Amino acid sequence: MSYDSWGRNYQSTHLIHPIFWKNNIIYPSGPETLLPYGMGRSYGDVCQNPEEWLLPTRGLNRFIHFDREQGVLACEAGVSFDEILSLIVPKGYFLPVTPGTKFVTVGGAIANDIHGKNHHQKGTFGCYVTQFELLRSDGQLLLCSPDENAHLFKATIGGLGLTGLITWAEFKLQKIKGPLIDCETIPFRGLHSFFNLSEESKDYEYTVAWIDSLSLDLHGVFFRGNHAQEKQSLQISKKNLAIPFNFPSWVLNKHLVRCFNTSYSWIHSRRKKHLVSYEPFFYPLDRILNWNKIYGKKGFFQYQCLIPKKDAFNILSEILKLIAKSGLASFLSVLKEFGNISSPGLMSFPREGTTLAMDFSNYDQKTLDLFNELDQIVSSVHGRVYPAKDAHMSSVSFQNFFPEWKEFINFVDPRFSSGFWRRVTGGGL
Amino acid sequence: MKKIAILGITSAIALEVARLYAKNGASLLIAGRDEQKLSLLKKDLTVFGASDVSSYAIDFAYLENHTSFVEWLWSQGELDCVLIAYGILGNQEDCEKKCELALEVLHVNFISVVSLLHRISQKMITQKSGNIAVISSVAGDRGRQSNFYYGASKGALNIFLQGLRNKLHPHGISVLTIKPGFVDTPMTAHLKKGFLFAASASVAKGIYRAIEKRKDQVYLPVFWGFIMFVIRIVPEKIFKKLKL
Ligand SMILES: Cc1cc2nc3c(=O)[nH]c(=O)nc-3n(C[C@H](O)[C@H](O)[C@H](O)COP(=O)(O)OP(=O)(O)OC[C@H]3O[C@@H](n4cnc5c(N)ncnc54)[C@H](O)[C@@H]3O)c2cc1C
Ligand SMILES: NC(=O)c1ccc[n+]([C@@H]2O[C@H](COP(=O)([O-])OP(=O)(O)OC[C@H]3O[C@@H](n4cnc5c(N)ncnc54)[C@H](OP(=O)(O)O)[C@@H]3O)[C@@H](O)[C@H]2O)c1
Repeated sequence: MSYDSWGRNYQSTHLIHPIFWKNNIIYPSGPETLLPYGMGRSYGDVCQNPEEWLLPTRGLNRFIHFDREQGVLACEAGVSFDEILSLIVPKGYFLPVTPGTKFVTVGGAIANDIHGKNHHQKGTFGCYVTQFELLRSDGQLLLCSPDENAHLFKATIGGLGLTGLITWAEFKLQKIKGPLIDCETIPFRGLHSFFNLSEESKDYEYTVAWIDSLSLDLHGVFFRGNHAQEKQSLQISKKNLAIPFNFPSWVLNKHLVRCFNTSYSWIHSRRKKHLVSYEPFFYPLDRILNWNKIYGKKGFFQYQCLIPKKDAFNILSEILKLIAKSGLASFLSVLKEFGNISSPGLMSFPREGTTLAMDFSNYDQKTLDLFNELDQIVSSVHGRVYPAKDAHMSSVSFQNFFPEWKEFINFVDPRFSSGFWRRVTGGGL
Repeated sequence: MKKIAILGITSAIALEVARLYAKNGASLLIAGRDEQKLSLLKKDLTVFGASDVSSYAIDFAYLENHTSFVEWLWSQGELDCVLIAYGILGNQEDCEKKCELALEVLHVNFISVVSLLHRISQKMITQKSGNIAVISSVAGDRGRQSNFYYGASKGALNIFLQGLRNKLHPHGISVLTIKPGFVDTPMTAHLKKGFLFAASASVAKGIYRAIEKRKDQVYLPVFWGFIMFVIRIVPEKIFKKLKL
């Protein structure tokens, strides 16, 4: 078991204190700070606490109750979305919101207040959390809900693991007829078409676009879908592929990425409608376990920003041009329109507007310079960068992106910290 | 509907086995030494679909409690299967320093299991059917300097189970010896995890299958059967010089 972040973009050593039972958690003593660690699917250092304590939570893997009438589930914080889906899908329920991987824990989903392809209709995961229990470093066990310890409830949703350890949580599910998604793929060209498609697809439960950010004329594929009315399921292979070792870094060069992108858009080059199982629709990359290793030893970055609605078109055109010009290969780029449903989370990332997420190989300074340039553009229109994906933003950028941080620090547990937090607060406050 | 008793349900491996039975609507009798943990597991197994879960708090190291515990197991009718999962790893260095610690490993992993099985096998003979499954370990296949107190406790257990299997066979009762390799559970939390480590859920699937097929012995994951074959055939003359 290694305790890296998904981007594996820097090496750090940790003190490890795994948590197994919620009824008798004793934090390690000493001056070092603490940070919960779920499945490490965050790309950067929100789940890293170099030289200090990580509290792996996967041992907190028990379910507490599942109300099949009301569609409410309570479980310990280390339960994964994968485990939840295997339990609830056969019973006609689905997660209210899911990210692009099912290998995340409930605690991680709350701490990053994750969003999915249905943000325009459903908001973030935090919108469905009814209550959770928080263990602070002074030993206080607090039940948090919109009515009880409401401030801590809000601060913990999107609170980046800094307000204490979530031991268990309860949240609402959505009803489904069956495990299939009625999905439509539409190839498009140009940013205009993306915005038009998003507008005309507002009534679809799920929308997202994949784009080839290396092409100057921007081609992409728009996906939209709904939970299908069919009850039956499709036979899908459960076999996963694993990447057993780090690829040498030359494997993933610009030419290969271009090849991949071209073949991907070729596969989706015709508009088509089909029924697919929920797994390939939501989690296309989960079949290849550890796909992050194809980026080699140096790891990689993801840059995900949000541009508020009114500037979205202009600013995204500018950003995409800049990236295409930089030639720093981006493997997967995703565009998605966020809606205006606000989350209870104080530091929650999503806001009404458009989000762009791109992967970059780690070319050291060159990549970081590009990110800094992008940060400035995003900052200038009051946009923001997603901490769950971040490994670079400066304290100045962070404080611009999240002016709420001034209120947030009142709720940060004095013994909790992370590599991210130390970076964006410049060491001390 | 199956009725299964799991002794040492707080073990990460045991919980995964119990969940597989719960999914099929089994009725479960669970035992462990911590009341609070038992209540968490009872809820979990109910969510997974167990038709009924009853629990009993007992520290198996106290042999004097075994009779009433086994009476409780059979108080609600016949059982299809008893899985014994609890165990302690002990720390080899500490065991070498302090004899009581070494004996405790033997007491918990071997003596207490014998005491339980003594009573359980009588009940099974009376009901003329049943399945006994015990989690031992690959460590019992050969003594090594790095953990031979633990290894000896599991090795003794293996021999006892062989004899018991032989004895119970004519009564239509099967006895399964489970030999897992490295499994990622709280017991091994302090060890550095290499590629040899298996997830408890996948080991549990193997246990479930072996119980259902009424096997005698199983290595999990199965490649450990091969590794242990090699380890067993190394001549003692050479083996004693190895640092294993
Ligand atoms: C392929 C892929 C696709 C993704 N797609 C999306 C997407 O579409 N939308 C999206 O929003 N995100 C997405 N993500 C990011 C991912 O959903 C988040 O990073 C998520 O939080 C990871 O969960 P985790 O359990 O791995 O948590 P970790 O990454 O281990 O930790 C994340 C944060 O949660 C905190 N934390 C974990 N457990 C607890 C706890 N019990 N109590 C308090 N704090 C805790 C940690 O301290 C840390 O700050 C994607 C990631 C990948 C790899
Ligand atoms: N993990 C491995 O690599 C591995 C490999 C081979 C074999 N095994 C065997 O697999 C079995 C299960 O272990 P595991 O890996 O699942 O570890 P685990 O989660 O630590 O489970 C062991 C459990 O045994 C319980 N226990 C210990 N002494 C007890 C006693 N006197 N009375 C009641 N319960 C007692 C413990 O209860 P508490 O929680 O109350 O302490 C603990 O929950 C053990 O027999 C072990 O020897 C494990």
